[in-house]
Amino acid sequence: MTAKEILSLTAVQLGKKIKDGEVTSVEAVKAVLDQIKAMEPLLNSFVTIEEEKALEQAEEVQKRIEAGELTGPLAGVPVAVKDNICIDGMKTTCSSKILWDFVPTYTATAVENLKRSGAVILGKTNMDEFAMGSTTETSAYGVTRNPWNPDHVPGGSSGGSCAAVAAAECFYALGSDTGGSIRQPASFCGVTGLKPTYGTISRYGLIAYGSSLDQIGPVAKDVTDCAAVLEVLASHDEKDSTSVERKDCDFTEALRDDVKGMRIGIPADYLGEGLDLEVREAVLKAARILEEKGAILETFDLGMVEYAIPAYYVIASAEASSNLSRFDGVKYGYRAKEYDGLHGMYKKSRSQGFGPEVKRRIMLGSFVLSSGYYDAYYLKALKTKALIKKAFDEAFSKYDVILGPASPATAPMLGESLNDPLKMYLGDIYTISVNLAGLPGLTVPCGKDSKGLPIGVQFIGDCFKEKNMIRAGFAFEQSRSYEMPQMAADAMAGKEEK
Amino acid sequence: MAHMIDDATIEYVGILAQLELDQMEKEAAKNDMGRMLDYIDKLNELDTDGVEPMSHVFPVHNVFREDVVENGDDRENILKNAPERKDGAFKVPKTVE
Amino acid sequence: MSKQYETVIGLEVHVELATKTKIFCACSTEFGGAPNTHTCPVCTGMPGSLPVLNKQVVEYALAVGLAVNCQINQYCKFDRKNYFYPDNPQNYQISQLYLPICHDGHVEIDTPAGNKKIGIHEIHMEEDAGKLIHDEWEDCSLVDYNRSGVPLIEIVSEPDMRSGEEVIAYLEKLRLIIQYLGASDCKLQEGSMRADVNLSVREAGSSELGTRTEMKNLNSFKAIARAIEGERKRQIELIEEGKPVVQETRRWDDNKESSYAMRSKEDARDYRYFPDPDLPPVVISDEWIGNIKSRQPELRTEKMARYQEEFKLSEYDADIITGSKHMADIFEAVTAICGKAKEAANWLMVEAMRLLKEHDMDPEEMTFSAENLAKLILLVDNGTINRTVGKEVFEKIFAENIDPEQYVEEKGLRVVNDEEELRRVIEGIVSANPQSVEDYHSGKEKAFGFLVGQTMRSMKGKADPGAVNRILKELLG
Repeated sequence: MTAKEILSLTAVQLGKKIKDGEVTSVEAVKAVLDQIKAMEPLLNSFVTIEEEKALEQAEEVQKRIEAGELTGPLAGVPVAVKDNICIDGMKTTCSSKILWDFVPTYTATAVENLKRSGAVILGKTNMDEFAMGSTTETSAYGVTRNPWNPDHVPGGSSGGSCAAVAAAECFYALGSDTGGSIRQPASFCGVTGLKPTYGTISRYGLIAYGSSLDQIGPVAKDVTDCAAVLEVLASHDEKDSTSVERKDCDFTEALRDDVKGMRIGIPADYLGEGLDLEVREAVLKAARILEEKGAILETFDLGMVEYAIPAYYVIASAEASSNLSRFDGVKYGYRAKEYDGLHGMYKKSRSQGFGPEVKRRIMLGSFVLSSGYYDAYYLKALKTKALIKKAFDEAFSKYDVILGPASPATAPMLGESLNDPLKMYLGDIYTISVNLAGLPGLTVPCGKDSKGLPIGVQFIGDCFKEKNMIRAGFAFEQSRSYEMPQMAADAMAGKEEK
Repeated sequence: MAHMIDDATIEYVGILAQLELDQMEKEAAKNDMGRMLDYIDKLNELDTDGVEPMSHVFPVHNVFREDVVENGDDRENILKNAPERKDGAFKVPKTVE
Repeated sequence: MSKQYETVIGLEVHVELATKTKIFCACSTEFGGAPNTHTCPVCTGMPGSLPVLNKQVVEYALAVGLAVNCQINQYCKFDRKNYFYPDNPQNYQISQLYLPICHDGHVEIDTPAGNKKIGIHEIHMEEDAGKLIHDEWEDCSLVDYNRSGVPLIEIVSEPDMRSGEEVIAYLEKLRLIIQYLGASDCKLQEGSMRADVNLSVREAGSSELGTRTEMKNLNSFKAIARAIEGERKRQIELIEEGKPVVQETRRWDDNKESSYAMRSKEDARDYRYFPDPDLPPVVISDEWIGNIKSRQPELRTEKMARYQEEFKLSEYDADIITGSKHMADIFEAVTAICGKAKEAANWLMVEAMRLLKEHDMDPEEMTFSAENLAKLILLVDNGTINRTVGKEVFEKIFAENIDPEQYVEEKGLRVVNDEEELRRVIEGIVSANPQSVEDYHSGKEKAFGFLVGQTMRSMKGKADPGAVNRILKELLG
């Protein structure tokens, strides 16, 4: 097979071809490493690339596949992991200066699950620092560019993972989603991204941002891949007290092109002012396609939409302000060179090690938890969260799936968003309430705008009902074929030889 | 209600968060926090009387471990990333007790 | 100035629970160990680590709460207490503020004025911090996380105590109860029980509370008593001089017998408590509570009753022996080995207590084995050694836990039972002390004692006093 043929495969397709002996894991890794070499100077999707380790792993995994020891659908398939997920022996930075040299001595449970199924880890992908951001521009290791147009952002915070999948620098990737950080960049990069129900994938080893909201999730070329990866990632973990024990993790069972009678609700409050017209059109077109396939579409009032963002920012920054306290120069990470005493060391190390967005959220979080403000802000936000959950519960009593945009616009240009943090926060409007309510969400590419930038449609399921949204996404996806950005295809074009 | 965040508040929050901002950063912080808090004030429009604050999104409770020792001596790994170490411990500036 | 002042005292007592593992991870809680050898990513705050609650901690907390008559919060949760300090690896401590596991209990103490109830405001679970070691050579401190994550319960009393004596009585009562439950060994000197004293003064008769201070670093009952006295004096002095009492935390220096304020600019004391999102709440069913109640190990009052019933000890004796769980344990173990309950009780109540007092020790600090005391009892009982020698040997057992059988052989302490030998010695003493013999014959009883004494001395105490008496009487006629 040619490099282009290999790189155009989905993860599941590659897994099958490896099993069938048509291609080896090592060949796949080599193809991807070449692509990385070609793309990285421009895109900067990766913080760390572990070339040698990947090739070694690929060889070992290949042997075990041939010996019949590894039989899973993803055995031998190379994957990229977001840089806030710990892997033993691999530098993990959260794209922050404060963890510039941190090498964990333990591996996240989700990654253990991947490794056990024969995944080959290529390296760690770029992100917004500590997952705080929507453009991957707050990374301390440079921005990541959108493979569809390098003057634009890939989205965030899992921008590196989504750009890498889109640019064929890996076959699938792990991202994390706290307020939309998988779904939004997936929609900006024209790939598929999935956030499962809270508690489905273990958070052990995921460096915490908003503990009650964080989930790891897959980014890939299509819904089939995401469902297959989710099956491997999902597990009940005794090391994570918020991990839910689920008996229904056969997500690939939902990969059926059948939405007859499925009740799909579209929140009218998602389609109002502020939504880019081209995005609106693409999303509604996606809805019509499902209607033609027999689904019952209806618009409805979800409610609570404008309260989700303020509630989210209070809760997420409060939790983050506490979660990030451990970065103090004592046990790991950056310690300032000059300081005055203990508290001087804390202040200088943290102030020098954290970027401005992280500091902003830590300050806000500390403030809303502080004496005199706790009730007015934090408790109020938790009550709002309860009402948001209630609104979704009511919606899901009527609908199987909720459909809407992933983002109000397509990818902004680099440099556009950082001057106005508040405006940037408002861009999370469609994804954020999903995290607050602990629901699963899936974004699937559904078109491009006049600038050629991808648009994604979001499917939201009720808690523990990933299968409904997978089925809807899969059915919709049948109406399109996967499109790779031109620059990625060009980079492969010159490689006709194996 | 427009939030006027003053220098004292930024100082105070800086102590809570162990962050030190220079003059420019302080001004930006005052501005940012003020705007964000104004925006967050939107929540006051909501009537949340009688609503229980929801910490955990699912009614899970009683997640326990048994009292069995499973970990041994992991010191080398624990100290591996230490910026400064001495005698098997993490070294820090002198703490005043 | 002859105003009368009343001291109002409340206590915050931290107790290290006797679990095998830490509260949120499976590291050992064993005392000692080289720095950082009982650690893992969880108790050292590594990025991505998560806590998982040790069920035994909840069980012990419930047991203690029930034993001190608390109400149980059947829905309780954990909150994060945020502050920066190197012994706190995450720079937050997982504790309970909003819904602690127990509340509104009480403990009864004996005071000169009679029985008094000391209220317990609440009991909550939390994790201990690591240890800071101050380096002698360099200007730095070293952090050891072995103790980080060791489970604690914090028992917060109502400000019901009025004197150092009441405080000591309260602490002794708490300690006894907790030891009897097996929840902790409560050793102040080792830090498995720590008391912080909150103290204020007010004019006698006033119902308003004065400003209180908090005192830390109180490592023994004596230090606590001294600290209370010292702080009371200090506050009264301030008040009489018209100066305000500042609400602050003070560190007691027992060597100097004074305290100083622990002030820190960096300590905003705003802990920003919020519910820990990593830990689901704990729901305690009626069944669970009933279960704990039924499994409660024999408490002191029951033990006392049993000792009177089973071992026929007097109430007085039973009271003394059960006054310390450790002593009660030794008593039962010794009795189980040698079967001589009354003897065991006696040795403990008389000789052991005497030595404890002499060395200013707590019964908890006795380190000798039950086997050795049991052996001693049998040696005396079967006449191998006499009681006087026995007392000597006991002192050795108490101090060094020697094996009495070995010791007796080594030192040749066996009672000399050889009638011939004894007779010869006594004849010698009699002939060497004609004046005493005459005194005895003229009615001076004391002379007899003198002759017995001389005999014992000559025999180095190894004669059986009964035999000496008998033979001497015989010889003297």
